[in-house]
Amino acid sequence: MQSTHSQMARLQWLKNTEGEIILKSSGDWTINTLQDASGILEQYSGASHNLSVQWDVSDVGRIDSAGMMLFIHHYDVLTSNHCTIKITGAKRDHERMYRLLRKYAVQHSMEKPALFSPLLTPLYDIGENSVSFIKDITAFLAFIGENFVNLLYSLRHPRSIRFGAIVKNIEEAGVRAIPIVALTSFLIGVVIAYQGAVQLEKFGANIFIVDMIGLSITRELAPLITAIVVAGRTGSSYTAQLGVMKLTEEIDAMRTMGFDPHCFLVLPRIISLMIALPLMIFFADIIGIAAGMLISHLHLHVSYAEFMLRLQSALELKHVWIGIAKGPFFAWLIAAVSCFHGFQVSKSTESIGRYTTISVVNAIFLVIACDALFSVLLTELGI
Amino acid sequence: MTNTIINVSDVVTRFGNKLVHDGVSLSVRQGEIYGLLGGSGSGKSTLLKEFIMLLRPQAGEISVFGQNLLVINRSDAAMLRHQWGVLFQAGALYSSLTVEENVGIKLREYTDLPVKLIQDIVRMKINMVGLPQTAADLYPAELSGGMIKRAALARALAMDPELLFLDEPTSGLDPVGAEAFDNLILELRDILGLTVVMVTHDLDSIWTIVDRFAVLGEKKVIAEGTLDQVRENPHPIVEQFFGGVRGRIRIRNGK
Repeated sequence: MQSTHSQMARLQWLKNTEGEIILKSSGDWTINTLQDASGILEQYSGASHNLSVQWDVSDVGRIDSAGMMLFIHHYDVLTSNHCTIKITGAKRDHERMYRLLRKYAVQHSMEKPALFSPLLTPLYDIGENSVSFIKDITAFLAFIGENFVNLLYSLRHPRSIRFGAIVKNIEEAGVRAIPIVALTSFLIGVVIAYQGAVQLEKFGANIFIVDMIGLSITRELAPLITAIVVAGRTGSSYTAQLGVMKLTEEIDAMRTMGFDPHCFLVLPRIISLMIALPLMIFFADIIGIAAGMLISHLHLHVSYAEFMLRLQSALELKHVWIGIAKGPFFAWLIAAVSCFHGFQVSKSTESIGRYTTISVVNAIFLVIACDALFSVLLTELGI
Repeated sequence: MTNTIINVSDVVTRFGNKLVHDGVSLSVRQGEIYGLLGGSGSGKSTLLKEFIMLLRPQAGEISVFGQNLLVINRSDAAMLRHQWGVLFQAGALYSSLTVEENVGIKLREYTDLPVKLIQDIVRMKINMVGLPQTAADLYPAELSGGMIKRAALARALAMDPELLFLDEPTSGLDPVGAEAFDNLILELRDILGLTVVMVTHDLDSIWTIVDRFAVLGEKKVIAEGTLDQVRENPHPIVEQFFGGVRGRIRIRNGK
């Protein structure tokens, strides 16, 4: 291979007695050999004014477009510094290359003056972020509005509801998530039971573990943990699915065929998640309490029968209902936010990753915020 | 001028049960523009991917610049990758980088040239492939199909490769753009001494710029040579190729 034998590009910068500059280049002027020559040229050419230059290129071996561009660049710098340049010894193929590249070389324009000083960039960033934040909020509101209009339309025309898609989505988002929901709620049950057991044992109040587990799991932990798992699992997949469809212009294709993407893609996802999440919360309740029961038995020696009996009197049904009732709200938040971000994906692969992250983070945050709101509201109402 | 750059002998490629190549042999000489032709699914693009080490054939031998790709070591493979440029069918520009960054990425990664010089080279290449200077700061998502092709060509040419692989360079371009593209490739070949291997369907390209080509079909090379040599081949696939309406019109018009 040729490139293994290439010589470094060399350049001698001499001044003769009459004050003329003699440049002598030799070696191969190719992309991997240019460092030395470009350093020398960089050093001298900008500082030379009103000189006459003789540039001898007869000993140059191979030259590629990088080498030629280096030559052209410094030739231009010297010319603009009012130097007269005479090239000697150029070979024919070098000249042809020069003519080709000269045709396409871009004349140097003056550096653009910076629009902002570095000190102002934080302010600029704050402004830009605020504007894009407000834009996002309005876009989200518009999305919700469009969604509600479609929902109302679907309710008046039940035949337009995509039941097939809803069932498929329930399977995807609900049934297939059961193992991971079971595992997390089991572990949460174990953790609560263990933490409670240590404290309650000090007072000999072992049986109150039942109240503690029953109430905390059904009312708060099962809904919250399930919603967070679903936000991570289903929310991200909704954003990525819709994002890729946007990227591959599938959504545009749907629009042109008269299939409203809200009707076909968004509503089925929202409805199916609103159906699946409460069921999953109920399931998580059972697993969480069962885990607590197991630990109570092993650690506090509360028998299963005792636990059950106590649970019936300690756990009011309303707590279970409150927990399950949170489900549709969380589900709506997760599905709406993740579909919205899916539609925001623009024409680059990078933006899928960015919006998927944003959608999961937003969904989890909103779920927790919504849960806090429920807590405050229901406590104030005395429920 | 008759150095062989790429030599392929008895290549067998199989995807699962599907046999794509069953004994493909051809050779590409230095300084020529070599076409790979064939119907859809005849394994042209697969063969191209084997040339650039994205796929490995099950049997046979492929050598590029005298290096056997099936037994090549890491450093030789890296050397080879420096010596060629590849234009993918859909451009395959990095979507998170601007056109200028895309074109200059190999220069920035593999050379120690000053930033200013890299910028000069990149701007010149962008200009050379016929993109306006304003395109330099755009992202691939903001470009039209033809501009993406041009930007991808500029990127393939950035390091002055000795060998250029083009996967359907003119597909998706308008006739004027396609002709300009062909002329550009001819000019570059003449001045930079490139060897070009292109997969193409474009009959015009075959007439105007391709020196020699191979027609793939029935899992083999059914014809190889210059246009006149191939057209004398009586194989039905070749006849079909040049006997269709487009082919006949093209023959009538001549070069």
